[in-house]
Amino acid sequence: MSRPRPEPIQVVKQRRDAALSALVDSVPYIRFLNVTFDRRGDELTAQLNFDDKLIGNPFLPAIHGGVTAAFLEITSMVTLNWSFLWPRIESGDLDPAEMAKGNLPRQPKTIDFTVDYLRSGLPRDAYARARVNRSGRRYASVHVEAWQDHKDKLFAQATGHFLMPQDANGKD
Amino acid sequence: MADKTQLARQFIEAIPHAKQLGMKLTEIGDGTAEIRMAYDEKLIGDPATGVIHGGAVSALMDTCCGAAVMSHPSAPGGTATIDLRIDYMRPATPGQAITTRATCHHITRTVAFVRAVAMDEDADRPVATAAGAFTVEKKF
Repeated sequence: MSRPRPEPIQVVKQRRDAALSALVDSVPYIRFLNVTFDRRGDELTAQLNFDDKLIGNPFLPAIHGGVTAAFLEITSMVTLNWSFLWPRIESGDLDPAEMAKGNLPRQPKTIDFTVDYLRSGLPRDAYARARVNRSGRRYASVHVEAWQDHKDKLFAQATGHFLMPQDANGKD
Repeated sequence: MADKTQLARQFIEAIPHAKQLGMKLTEIGDGTAEIRMAYDEKLIGDPATGVIHGGAVSALMDTCCGAAVMSHPSAPGGTATIDLRIDYMRPATPGQAITTRATCHHITRTVAFVRAVAMDEDADRPVATAAGAFTVEKKF
């Protein structure tokens, strides 16, 4: 038995990047807040690109608490959806070209989301990574942490629960 | 008291991100606030259905809770969120404005406790509820 030849790197990268950008670019609110995603293998890091329109307290100034909450929720939702769809993207069951046309599997739905504000958000870029702690057939629990200058000095963290799409394949 | 309410109103309406989301303060005073956010396509979270993103609802809830704290007779100045939990009951109906009502139901020298509810045009079935703790600052 010979092992199948590994796919060329370009093919692998193109497939993964196209699938990720289809998931992210299709959401108007993610574009509005200008949240972008950096991918290393299957690991995602979200970036909130700073803009004056994100300010909540003009006197400090500081990022709006609602923006921080939204950034954490976007990071959780995309990371959860990404890890849920990953096997189907890799197996070729989901075609990134079709996804880019808007033929996307149904998204998970947020049940609840709890944000801890640890420091005020400075007027500069912020980063976040989410971890899916439990992903069952119906429910998922996701934890997310966000930082700015120092990875170990978090400015916010959150935990959310999500309802997974009811079809086992995520198809609709 | 009218002065403080007026100050709180000006403060809320000067927030750049609140302006960006089209938030309108419709009622404020004595520890309660009501803010309306019109439907806007840029706030869509699910392109397949046109439902507003949960994050935009969070931003609205957070602003409204902060406004309620500042309008409380015992609050001397500004406020910041310590924590906020949001429960999503159902998706908001696409095309409809979302209205949030927040009440600061308890306040100490250092912490304010707030509850809020978000509704679309069907006010009997809330879209989301929130509960949070906020700081009590001496100044704005």
